[in-house]
Amino acid sequence: KVSVEVLDHLEHLALVDFRDSEGVERLQKAIQFADQLHEVNTDGVEPMDSVLEDRCLYLREDDVTEGNCTKELLENAREKVEEYFVAPPGNIPLPKLEERETF
Amino acid sequence: AMLRASLRQVSAALKEGRVTPTELCQRCLALIKSTKFLNAYITVTEETALKQAEESDERYKRGQPLGILDGIPVAVKDNFNTAGIETTCASNMLKGYISPYNATVVQKLLDRGAVLLGKTNLDEFAMGSGSTDGVFGPVRNPWSYSRQYKDKSVPKSHAEDEESNWVIAGGSSGGSAAAVSSFTCFAALGSDTGGSTRNPAAHCGVVGLKPTYGLISRHGLIPLVNSMDVPGILTRCVDDAAVLLGSLAGHDPKDSTTIQDEFKPFELPNLTDVSKFSIGIPKEYHAPGLSSEILALWSKAADIFKNAGAKVVEVSLPHTHYSIVCYHVLCTAEVASNMARFDGLEYGHRSDRRESTESMYAATRREGFNDVVRGRILSGNYFLLKQNYEKYFVKAQKVRRLIANDFVKVFRSGVDILLTPTTLSDAAPYTEFILEDNRTRSAQDDILTQAANMAGLPAINVPTALSERGLPVGLQFIGRSFQEKQLLTVAKWFEKQVQFPMIQLEEVKRHDNAVFQHQKSASFS
Repeated sequence: KVSVEVLDHLEHLALVDFRDSEGVERLQKAIQFADQLHEVNTDGVEPMDSVLEDRCLYLREDDVTEGNCTKELLENAREKVEEYFVAPPGNIPLPKLEERETF
Repeated sequence: AMLRASLRQVSAALKEGRVTPTELCQRCLALIKSTKFLNAYITVTEETALKQAEESDERYKRGQPLGILDGIPVAVKDNFNTAGIETTCASNMLKGYISPYNATVVQKLLDRGAVLLGKTNLDEFAMGSGSTDGVFGPVRNPWSYSRQYKDKSVPKSHAEDEESNWVIAGGSSGGSAAAVSSFTCFAALGSDTGGSTRNPAAHCGVVGLKPTYGLISRHGLIPLVNSMDVPGILTRCVDDAAVLLGSLAGHDPKDSTTIQDEFKPFELPNLTDVSKFSIGIPKEYHAPGLSSEILALWSKAADIFKNAGAKVVEVSLPHTHYSIVCYHVLCTAEVASNMARFDGLEYGHRSDRRESTESMYAATRREGFNDVVRGRILSGNYFLLKQNYEKYFVKAQKVRRLIANDFVKVFRSGVDILLTPTTLSDAAPYTEFILEDNRTRSAQDDILTQAANMAGLPAINVPTALSERGLPVGLQFIGRSFQEKQLLTVAKWFEKQVQFPMIQLEEVKRHDNAVFQHQKSASFS
């Protein structure tokens, strides 16, 4: 069973909440499902990041080819000032578990 | 019967002046309106489509069409960025988001004169196998309203009508599949991460091609799983899929995961002799839950090849059983990472909370994502925790290699193409489908399709026959990496052998039989 500390930690990392016990159940089931992986013998097997691992990545010249689209990029932001995206104050941690509403 | 023609046929008609792009566009738009109940489209771009059609008119008049796609009405799944047009991914998170740019594949279609009719419906953020979990509601399979399905369904009471027993379109590219299947467009783009193009193609009776990973650019396709996502192609026949592939494939400097090899568009030969081919039948694809109908069809298909002289062999992909679990871990992990960009700051939904950045982000994401998305983000983060990383994420990456190697071994043993079912059964009624939750459904339905995504291989669904309920059943061909020409050649041959019936929809007949000004002959039906 996943401990409450881990659940809390996950909510902080993901910045997404479980919302209710159903959400927690869903995670439990997902873990149970994933545990089947341990039945497979992977001794000596290298992890695979990409199916294209045998190829070289394309590198292009370090030249500026596009940009100057400040206006377009700001269009979709709800809160902005001049050419800045406006965010609420940072460095304020989310309230501790006891003080929050979820599960 | 212009609307029911194939892309190549209608392109020829445009070239010969038997119909104009504007007329074609108007017909499609009218049909979209009268098939609104299918809920295949989220956004219909009527004005811009007519404008594009008008420009195409001019080019045809001057005798200078841009190519085979000039003037062809197409639709694009709503997880591809389309400049100036809302792109929602069927999520509250992106409602109102107007893309500032075109995805590369969209740009390529537009550069070749295609007419973009609109953005199609999907499961939220392409997570799902039914196209039932988006904020704009579920997509209805056009076959629910077909003569073929109606003739086979027994109404349980006089009150029960097609309103309650419509079937799902499959997912997550259900809108695109339904749009092509109901003749509102001649081709549509979908995306395929675990089967999201092939699954709805099978349920809607259309061709669904998943190209090799790295062949078609993902630039502008809102990512789900970077190492598995590919744009998918949905058309009414294999030849049309080859046309689309020819227009879309090739290196894109904006997508570093596209290969640099030159891609040469091809026309498919009319294969008559399949004796040179070796068709592999992977025994593990006789998965639990596979309907006896589909099993029989699969067997019949193998016989068709055998009787035509092809070498048909049973092969083994021993890690198939673990592919779903492996996919589950890798998918949720990449999703957790990819969804992190949605914080309300630069685009998309933004919550009103202002106490802190974190509380704003958390509230935005709580308000913007549905349960399915949030569930996958949380699972993914769990598997990526320091204490779990080796045990789950790296372990899954190792199993992924084993799965990919299974295919390598089989292809190395001389097999050219694999033949498997695409889905476990024909399309389920919506009321039945929603009884199970999304994760369970996806786990069940993806089992036949997602190993191809893990290994990056090309795969295609070819509509094969109608089930006892009068609904489409398709079979899947999986090919070697970057051997799309061979894959499609065999698929085209098979398509010719099975002669899958055309859907009989009242709506379409009414629109299609109306008189065209320029039409000299109605010879397509």
